[in-house]
Amino acid sequence: MKFEKKDILGMKDLTVDEINIILETAESFLEISTREIKKVPTLRGKSVINLFYEASTRTRTSFEIAGKRLSADTINISASTSSVVKGETLIDTARNLEAMNPDVIVIRHSAAGAPHMLARMLRQSIINAGDGSHEHPTQALLDMMTIKEKKGRLDGLKVAIVGDIMHSRVARSNIYGLSKMGANVVLAGPATMLPRDIDKMGVAVYTNLEEAIVDADVVMMLRIQLERQNQSIFPSLREYAQHYCLNRTNIQLAKKDVIVMHPGPMNRGVEISPDIADDPSYSVILDQVNNGVAVRMALLYLLTGGNE
Amino acid sequence: MAENKNVKVVMDNDGIDRCLTRIAYEILEKNKGMENLVLVGIRTGGVYLAQRLQKKISAIEDKDIPLGILDITLYRDDISSSSKKPALGKTKIPFDLDDKKVVLVDDVLFTGRTIRAAMDALIDFGRPKLIQLAVLIDRGHRELPIRADYVGKNLPSSFWEAVSVNLMEKNGIDEVIIEEET
Repeated sequence: MKFEKKDILGMKDLTVDEINIILETAESFLEISTREIKKVPTLRGKSVINLFYEASTRTRTSFEIAGKRLSADTINISASTSSVVKGETLIDTARNLEAMNPDVIVIRHSAAGAPHMLARMLRQSIINAGDGSHEHPTQALLDMMTIKEKKGRLDGLKVAIVGDIMHSRVARSNIYGLSKMGANVVLAGPATMLPRDIDKMGVAVYTNLEEAIVDADVVMMLRIQLERQNQSIFPSLREYAQHYCLNRTNIQLAKKDVIVMHPGPMNRGVEISPDIADDPSYSVILDQVNNGVAVRMALLYLLTGGNE
Repeated sequence: MAENKNVKVVMDNDGIDRCLTRIAYEILEKNKGMENLVLVGIRTGGVYLAQRLQKKISAIEDKDIPLGILDITLYRDDISSSSKKPALGKTKIPFDLDDKKVVLVDDVLFTGRTIRAAMDALIDFGRPKLIQLAVLIDRGHRELPIRADYVGKNLPSSFWEAVSVNLMEKNGIDEVIIEEET
């Protein structure tokens, strides 16, 4: 068991063994969040910078809590309150942060590849917390951990991912990750939200929700990015909901013990009906959030090996 | 490397079992029974020994004694300097530690650093009434002011020798061996 990665940039470049180590480590970390004193001294004296160029509550809070539960010092920088508004480039910001000697930099950026550039430039470990429409590896890892927790395995499961695949970094990371772990991933969404050639990633693609979720073990609903409504990729929310909203009726097509996931934030009544989202016999959405902290603790733990 | 080592078996299956039986009685004697008494095994070797002690004590008293499992990795004092992170095992303490008499169980007592880490971890879980330490082997070379309350065998060793406790549950054989590099 050896984990030698310097950075976590995407599910594309993690091996099956590395994914297994991360998931097993995360499972061990789960217990800490159930203690009365939710803190261990492991990363005392280490510092983690959360550099967020895009809005986030869940991911940023999750990383901050993960760092704090390991006793690391966590510093949050959001673009709107930093010198980014004064016109500083990402490279200059990064070099300045590097000079302050943090151990890990967590970055979310609207440009695909931004974390990769930092990883090449800086000696610190970089964790990609979402880059444009490219990857969001920590979300995929917490999704995989949740599926494994509920189903006992990933191998051989049918996972349907439904919604705006085109703009979804969550979808892309999950396709890479789940396929590697032996799951059978199928996608569904309106044609305008399916990237051309997506089937080359080795997944079945449908334009119809019902066809995609037949016999599914897991249904993952993606957030409709309301801010994209004026890009004319779908006529109206109501029409989208009519065809792609997961509800009490269409969920019957999936396996009896299907679990429903959503990376949040949810648009209730658009991609997922409230009675599904709030039904604990289907919804594992809050388990995903709980596991997210454990996955991020595992990554901070594994990356701060201190092999300098 | 292997052929340059002198391996000596210092305790066999029967020896280990007799030590554990004696320790089980000593624990009950010292604590005057098993009221509020719990066992906590330190991963990995200590867990198997704690399970065996649990069986023995429960049989003597005809009542189950609670058992917890502790992974001390996150409390190690060399964690930030180690070049790779040791694999992390699960910690399971399924009972409240407040006001309990806790017997920590480990296989080999050496520098005492593991026990320091284990005590820090236990105190994060609650405020035990007292903590005692049971080990199968005490090999000396303490680097911290720590001593065991129950010792299977004192085994004077040189710092560079390796003392291993092999257990059926993990290694398929019960034995204590000492390896000396020649």
